[in-house]
Amino acid sequence: MRSKAASIPYLIWMVLFTVIPLGLVVFFAFTDTSGNFTIANISQVGQYMPVLMRSIWLSLIATVICLVVAYPLAYIMSRRKSYQQRTLLMLVMLPMWMNFLLRTYAWMTLLERNGVINRLLGLIGLGPFEMINTQGAVVLGMVYNYLPFMIIPLYTIMTKIDNSVIEAAQDLGANTGNVFARVIIPLSVPGITTGITMVFVPAVSTFIISRMLGGGSNLLIGDLIDMQFLGAAYNPNLGSAISLVLMVVILICMSVTNQFDSSEGREEMMV
Amino acid sequence: MRKERWYSKLYVWVVMLFLYAPIFVLIAYSFNANKSRGKWTGFTLNWYNELFHNELIIQSLINTLIVALFASVIATVLGTAAALGINGMKKRSRALVMNLTYMPIINPEIVTGVSLMLLFVSARAILGEFELGFVTLLLAHISFCTPYVILNVLPKLRQMDRFTYEAALDLGCSPRMAFFKVVIPEIMPGITAGFLMALTYSVDDFIISYFNSGSSFQTLPITIYSMTRKRLSPEINALSTIIFAVILLILLLVNINGSRKERAATKRRVEG
Repeated sequence: MRSKAASIPYLIWMVLFTVIPLGLVVFFAFTDTSGNFTIANISQVGQYMPVLMRSIWLSLIATVICLVVAYPLAYIMSRRKSYQQRTLLMLVMLPMWMNFLLRTYAWMTLLERNGVINRLLGLIGLGPFEMINTQGAVVLGMVYNYLPFMIIPLYTIMTKIDNSVIEAAQDLGANTGNVFARVIIPLSVPGITTGITMVFVPAVSTFIISRMLGGGSNLLIGDLIDMQFLGAAYNPNLGSAISLVLMVVILICMSVTNQFDSSEGREEMMV
Repeated sequence: MRKERWYSKLYVWVVMLFLYAPIFVLIAYSFNANKSRGKWTGFTLNWYNELFHNELIIQSLINTLIVALFASVIATVLGTAAALGINGMKKRSRALVMNLTYMPIINPEIVTGVSLMLLFVSARAILGEFELGFVTLLLAHISFCTPYVILNVLPKLRQMDRFTYEAALDLGCSPRMAFFKVVIPEIMPGITAGFLMALTYSVDDFIISYFNSGSSFQTLPITIYSMTRKRLSPEINALSTIIFAVILLILLLVNINGSRKERAATKRRVEG
């Protein structure tokens, strides 16, 4: 079958709408408003270092929480009967299909000063607590939004772990801790790395969750980019420079994660 | 295998509670007569009524569906053709094209969004004044949907037996006929999966649309966003409830259909 020509429209499309736009990001990042070369934008990013660090820090916390919460769940799911597995998987995916704005809005309802949680606590004489507009609320929003992205790859990889492998380890004298440390966790590394990537990348670049749950004082790197492109501070050159830095941060994080994983089946799980 | 411990069961319930409690709170408040989120003052269907009479929401729902349909159909055609071509490429050029195809998936959405916005803003400087709107939004959506189609179709093409196509030619099919009678049916599951994925991503997308839709053309996620900016917007609860119900219905139908097929297949295996 000779069909190379079939991909020509897509190749043109890809150049126009993937390659050139990314090239423009680089171009804008290194030029000033009149198009002359400058590194002023990149060095200006330096003054936003605290915001960048906060983004990385909060999304790292969220990623770790997701991993810790999702891992046991994925394992329990993968050992259930197949019809139960299907039901549980559907239950995990259902909230993911709701727009993330609605999910985040739901947490606003829960966390605000007159919100549901404070009212419930009030009934037993506690609070009200200041929960919204804190860094904790931002992390919570990230965990809530991206938890399914951690559960699904972990679950997928764990269904491939044969029960007889676990039983063999038990027969050979391994206790539960040993089974996890020496059999299940090593076999699920590809799922862990995929899950980490799928949670960390959207978390570190989010700008809505921080705005809705973090108030004005917990800006993240995504908010900065948004402000340069659509905000009052309109400055696409600086915005491009921040975007470039964000991409580099993510590339570094992903290559660090990939160090732990040499398997090949990762690409299919990303989808 | 050992029986599941009680704490495993409890753990599943706790995580599910975490995932669903916020949604159920929204659903409950959609029937709350009081405008404020905190107080419960009685049952009402008022917000649903207001929702259906809110022209902005209805219009943005229509906009969302139009963009999603156009984008996913075009992305499916473009992506399927691309997959056919990529499948026939030499190893090195295929690796290059695939790496670039992964870009919109791996890159954070905000970067894809602003990069496309830069493209449109720069194009405006060359092509003359035009507003960001339907066309730019559609172009952006096609761009981030097509990779998902390619990634779904390509594995099916790899699995396909090359010789069935050649057999069809030997048996007198024209290449065109062989393509439509043999290749397309063979990769159809991948095309369908890619189309559905493109459709759902397009309907759900906020971040890329946010940077590329301008102010004239709003999709539902963008309208939802502007609603969340207001202090009180009880219609959002009603909207969430409806969206939740629709998604639940679709997933149930798909699941029941799937398990029925599976059961039929098992039955065949047992009987045959």
